[in-house]
Amino acid sequence: MAASCDSLLPLVLLLCLSAQAVDRSNFKTCDQSAFCKRQRELKPGQSPYRALLDTLELSNSRLSLQLINDNNKVRLLLELYRLQGNMTRVKINELKPLKPRYEVPDVLLSDPITEALSVVAQDENSLVVSLGGKDQRLILSAQPFRLDIVEGSQVVMSLNSRGLLAFEHLRTRKDTKSESEQAPGQENVEQQTDEDGQIKEDDDKPGMWEETFKSHTDSKPNGPTSISLDFSLPGVEHVYGIPEHADTLKLKNTDGSDPYRLYNLDVFQYELHNPMALYGAVPVLISHSTDRTMGIFWLNAAETWVDISSNTAGKTMFGKILDFVQVSSEAPQTDVRWMSESGIIDVFIMLGPKPADVFTQYASLTGTQSFPPLSALAYHQCRWNYNDQEDVKTVDQGFDEHDIPYDFIWLDIEHADGKRYFTWDPSKFPQPKEMLQGLMDKRRKLVAIVDPHIKVDSGYKIHNEIRSKNFYVKNKDGGDYEGWCWPGNAGYPDFTNPEMRTWWASQFAYDQYEGSMENQYIWNDMNEPSVFNGPEVTMHKDALHGVWEHRDVHNLYGLYVQKATADGLIQRSEGVQRPFVLTRAFFAGSQRYGAVWTGDNAAEWGHLKISIPMCLSLGLVGISFCGADVGGFFKHPSAELLVRWYQAGAYQPFFRAHAHIDTPRREPWLFGPENTALIREAIRQRYALLPYWYQLFYNAHRTGQPVMRPLWVEYPDDFATFSIEDEYLIGKDLLVHPVTDEGATGVTAYLPGKGEVWYDVHTFQKHDGDQSLYIPVTMSSIPVFQRGGSIICRKDRVRRSSSCMENDPYTLYVALGSQGSAEGELYIDDFHTFSFEEAKQFVHRRLSFSANTLSSRNLAPDSQFSTASWIEKIVIFGGSQPSSATLKSADGTESALEFEFDSTLAVLTLRKPGVNAAADWTIVLR
Amino acid sequence: MTCLHLLLTLVFAVSLGTPVEIQRPRGVPLTKKQFYEESKPFTCLDGSRTIPFDRVNDDYCDCKDGSDEPGTAACPNGSFHCTNAGYRPMFIPSSRINDGICGKMTLHLDISPQQCSMHGMVLHLKFFLCTDCCDTTDEYNSGAKCENTCKELGRKEREVLQKMAEITKEGFLLKQQLIEEAKKGQQEKQSKVTDMQENKKQLDEKVEALRTVKETAEQPEKEAKERHLKAWEEQKAAIRLEKDKAKMAETFLELDDNADGFVSVSELQSHAELDPDADGTLTEIEAQGLMGGAEQVDTSTFESVWPKIKDKYHSESQAEEPAPVETPPDEVKEPVVDNDSEPYPEDDISEEEDEDDEDEDDYHEDDDKAQPTIKTPEKTHEDEEAMPPYDADTQALIDAAQKARDDFEEAEKALREMDDQIRNIEKELSFDFGPDAEFTYLYSQCYELTTSEYIYRLCPFNRVSQKPKYGGSETNLGTWGSWSGPENNKYLLMKYEQGTGCWQGPNRSTTVKLTCGKETVVTSTSEPSRCEYLMEFTTPAVCQEPANIDPSPHDHVEL
Repeated sequence: MAASCDSLLPLVLLLCLSAQAVDRSNFKTCDQSAFCKRQRELKPGQSPYRALLDTLELSNSRLSLQLINDNNKVRLLLELYRLQGNMTRVKINELKPLKPRYEVPDVLLSDPITEALSVVAQDENSLVVSLGGKDQRLILSAQPFRLDIVEGSQVVMSLNSRGLLAFEHLRTRKDTKSESEQAPGQENVEQQTDEDGQIKEDDDKPGMWEETFKSHTDSKPNGPTSISLDFSLPGVEHVYGIPEHADTLKLKNTDGSDPYRLYNLDVFQYELHNPMALYGAVPVLISHSTDRTMGIFWLNAAETWVDISSNTAGKTMFGKILDFVQVSSEAPQTDVRWMSESGIIDVFIMLGPKPADVFTQYASLTGTQSFPPLSALAYHQCRWNYNDQEDVKTVDQGFDEHDIPYDFIWLDIEHADGKRYFTWDPSKFPQPKEMLQGLMDKRRKLVAIVDPHIKVDSGYKIHNEIRSKNFYVKNKDGGDYEGWCWPGNAGYPDFTNPEMRTWWASQFAYDQYEGSMENQYIWNDMNEPSVFNGPEVTMHKDALHGVWEHRDVHNLYGLYVQKATADGLIQRSEGVQRPFVLTRAFFAGSQRYGAVWTGDNAAEWGHLKISIPMCLSLGLVGISFCGADVGGFFKHPSAELLVRWYQAGAYQPFFRAHAHIDTPRREPWLFGPENTALIREAIRQRYALLPYWYQLFYNAHRTGQPVMRPLWVEYPDDFATFSIEDEYLIGKDLLVHPVTDEGATGVTAYLPGKGEVWYDVHTFQKHDGDQSLYIPVTMSSIPVFQRGGSIICRKDRVRRSSSCMENDPYTLYVALGSQGSAEGELYIDDFHTFSFEEAKQFVHRRLSFSANTLSSRNLAPDSQFSTASWIEKIVIFGGSQPSSATLKSADGTESALEFEFDSTLAVLTLRKPGVNAAADWTIVLR
Repeated sequence: MTCLHLLLTLVFAVSLGTPVEIQRPRGVPLTKKQFYEESKPFTCLDGSRTIPFDRVNDDYCDCKDGSDEPGTAACPNGSFHCTNAGYRPMFIPSSRINDGICGKMTLHLDISPQQCSMHGMVLHLKFFLCTDCCDTTDEYNSGAKCENTCKELGRKEREVLQKMAEITKEGFLLKQQLIEEAKKGQQEKQSKVTDMQENKKQLDEKVEALRTVKETAEQPEKEAKERHLKAWEEQKAAIRLEKDKAKMAETFLELDDNADGFVSVSELQSHAELDPDADGTLTEIEAQGLMGGAEQVDTSTFESVWPKIKDKYHSESQAEEPAPVETPPDEVKEPVVDNDSEPYPEDDISEEEDEDDEDEDDYHEDDDKAQPTIKTPEKTHEDEEAMPPYDADTQALIDAAQKARDDFEEAEKALREMDDQIRNIEKELSFDFGPDAEFTYLYSQCYELTTSEYIYRLCPFNRVSQKPKYGGSETNLGTWGSWSGPENNKYLLMKYEQGTGCWQGPNRSTTVKLTCGKETVVTSTSEPSRCEYLMEFTTPAVCQEPANIDPSPHDHVEL
């Protein structure tokens, strides 16, 4: 008890004391965020913006023209790009801003590849641009300004159709009138010539030049800078994404509530089912209907709010657009409105049309999921805190004594010397290398936390170097910004500075980070950044990162922290080893750097349930490596909740148990032998399926397809799947419906797919698709189904850690579809280096079964890797009894395989093919 | 690797230089050798099926019980036997075969009951290396370069065992003494209690006798006092009556303004304060009413008017003077038993952990009887004339009664003290000090351990506490709860509960783990979970009789 609160400063104490649930008053509502309030007061109507068609410039791939706000005559510059892969980029900035406005760097992989644009028609009030392919056009209406993307005779998306484009131009401060009169030359030319009535009215709104929340004042030296744009999605009733929120998968209508907020915040004991901001932000919204799946990527790192409302298509169709399309006025429509505090409008419209296309499109912009070392996909044991080396050793032994596998043990903030990251508490962890070596001997690993707040202490090397290199974020007056966090007074390195990041990365070198070894990995927490005494527990918006305000870069800070840390881990191994870094804060593109978790949840059934939509939402926007604290961070789970959480967590991408320091110990064996056995079984199921997880992560890394998928992603025409969030698919072949209710005696799972079949992976029982199936459950049940038509590779010999299973043989689970065929993949490499990418050292095979023949064929003929693993067993569901099974090896030799057939379940087991997993082979059943 | 299925392995059990060659499949213990005969098909040990012998250890699991693969990792539930020559043979789960992890020489002494179940150990010690084989036979095909550490392990184990055996031996001797002492002490206490109970009986009688004496003496005292009081009351009443009469006469004269010997209505009306309806004026009718309907009254008739007006009447001569407050005679305080204030005796320790509420209740009852004459209430009424002193006879009766009370009280106090002593001894005797009372010596002792920050204090059967080394208040880490070791020996753990509450958390509690040692000492403390402390404590009292166990390797390990 004592340490966490007693020794910390009064502020932390206050924070601790703020007790049971989130203190909402610590965080702004839209009404309390001046720009959101201003923007939201604007109601749909005729847009004051007009496109000046005579300013049109068209190069091969870029179309630009000016927009003018007829109220204040401020001119904007609109740029349109057609991007490779069926995307359109729309950029709007001030034509002549007083000073540059922030454009988010480092999120896009590179400048997106553009495609040619051409104007196919033009009249006095419109422009028709061909977007290439498929009869796709963009119609630009000049007055009022709007953009419509049409395909054939259908509008797929409209911009500014509700007239909510609002761009607060930079201006000089009006409260000192003489000043503005003295410097008219800097004013926007058009603006001066107009009557100032309008402009003044604009300036009179509260919160434009200063804003106070609780005791914090935001000095706003640049005045109002917010931007907003609306999008209409005809025919769409389901929109998803824009994480992170503890809310349903399908986004809700925000008409009667606050908009969804995107502003990375350390929310103490967050509440479920509301649109409040959480630790991370990915400004990507995915829309889906039976016709089409699309995405909107709003590239802006400032505080952002998103309004969602339902409409009917007829209401926003008018003007020129009616010449092109037939509109059913009663068609449902979803309207989306984005509002950001600063920066520019830079939006990527991903036009699908299939879910997989949207994922590919988004991945082409921001990159794919980093390919984790295999062990990172295994089980992680964490707690705030494992007290000392002896504790670590005892817990490690506990796993062996109870025969439970695990790969990683974690150390939270107490491991460091006085929360000075990169150091070890000399009395608790006097010999970190000895500890790490002990784990290495067991082929296990450790994660230590490194947070971005740096204790201000002249005896601390890291602090001294950052200060002397002038790498800290500055306060508005130019001094080093300081705030309170775990170590007390702390500085915050400016991770937006590439030099700073390089230096940070270098600190992970083995000769810099004393006591570290190659089996130590890193966890970045508190990187929203969390500032205990800052506004909304984060950094002041007028703090400075070089020339940019924190306001501009806020949501990007956490991404940079993780990026710099991951770079450090790569560099310490001279580019050989894949890193593993967990982060709490994130942004678009964070998928490139590691894993995220859903932050400080609680040991409550509701939190277990919400972990599914929270991770599904992240997966839809590129971040596949997601998990929630198993057991719940705050509070003490009942044995039942803990077991159910292990069972659910075993089937989520990032599988880590974690607990608050004030909770009783909860290692898996502390709840009696029965529960130990249940937890052991859940973890073992995870380990057996690691080959499948690994292959899916490889796939995610290569293609950007999510690992954990909502059902609608694979069944986009099945309306019944669109709102499902209590079950999901892993890849496309495993359907999981975890038990998330206390005292549950059954669950009702929806098995999708007309004409498809599903097999219960535990009982091998076959079920038809396109039905809701009631499944009775006991405490040992984890309802999981394998799709008929799939082949899944497992390693059924579960050992102490994933590394110990490296050379173990595979068992193939062949689930025949209704057509009697099945397909699957097998991916193998060294499980931890970049050789798969840099030297093409991997095995990637296609396994297919059709016409009673199962074969393994090389999917990557130019790759090479030799594995010791072999095929130990093949289990075929849904087939009939053959009279013989013949294995044909690559060298042409044939041998008969023994088999067993269970006629009640129609399960055929082929005994020991024994072929190497990397080899070509065929098995023929007769 | 597909063909690592060496059907049979020569197992060289190199035991102290004597090579023994026994042919049996890899991973099979000698005791099961007869089930694995090369010339015959193999029947799974659970009898579930029979397979050709070449399927034994062929790296494919055929038997549900895993018995066909004793030497490979193929079966999820298999176990592998290693001889570990120089140390002790053991079984490991077959998932540890060829997993690349060597048997490391980690020797662990632990008394915790669960742990690795295969070697239930001497002296409640656990030697575990149950995760891997020290003879490296489990890593025959993993590429791991393991060293055979069995000899060294064996040596270390013997060393430790020997050391432990010595400690245990000495500790056990000490324990015998402790048991002896405890028995003696217990007997002494028992007989003391018996004696005391005998004495108590006498005391009881004495108290009763004195009570009778006291009551006998108090009766005449009471009567005499009452007489005295009554006489005084009567006297006071007579005086009061006189005073009233004088006042009435005086008033009559005052009212009779014209001195005609009559008080008339109008004369009365001049005293507005007598207005019965308090409207400020005394009307004629009202005045007449006060005078019983008469126009005027003479002195004798005034006697009937006087009671109606005397309370309100303001004397004309001393109009400002408030009417004298009459004190009802019964307010006069007598030396009586004071039931409301109940002072504790000085020696009543106010304990916070009131384990014995009953005792305190007893105290209270005793107090009532013991209290009567301790305090003489003072008379505080200034206006009141003092009661005249008791006459000699009465005083003599009072003195006699007082003496009887004092005698009674003294005897009762002695009885109470004896009760306390008996209760304390009985309480001590009621503790579970172990099967042979070997933990008795810990009672009312305290043991301290100083760490870098705190001084920890264990007072067995009482409480555990923690005090900051450099000032600050003590924190209660739990008061004695119960023995809470495993079923087979609950005396290995003590549980102290309900300590100071934790913020947003449970009350602090401490588990004390007892191990055999020559000294009685707290060896370590830790807080594995917030507010749940663990204390390690050595004492000879848990040392078990050293069995004649040969600490060298033995080969009879059962599954």
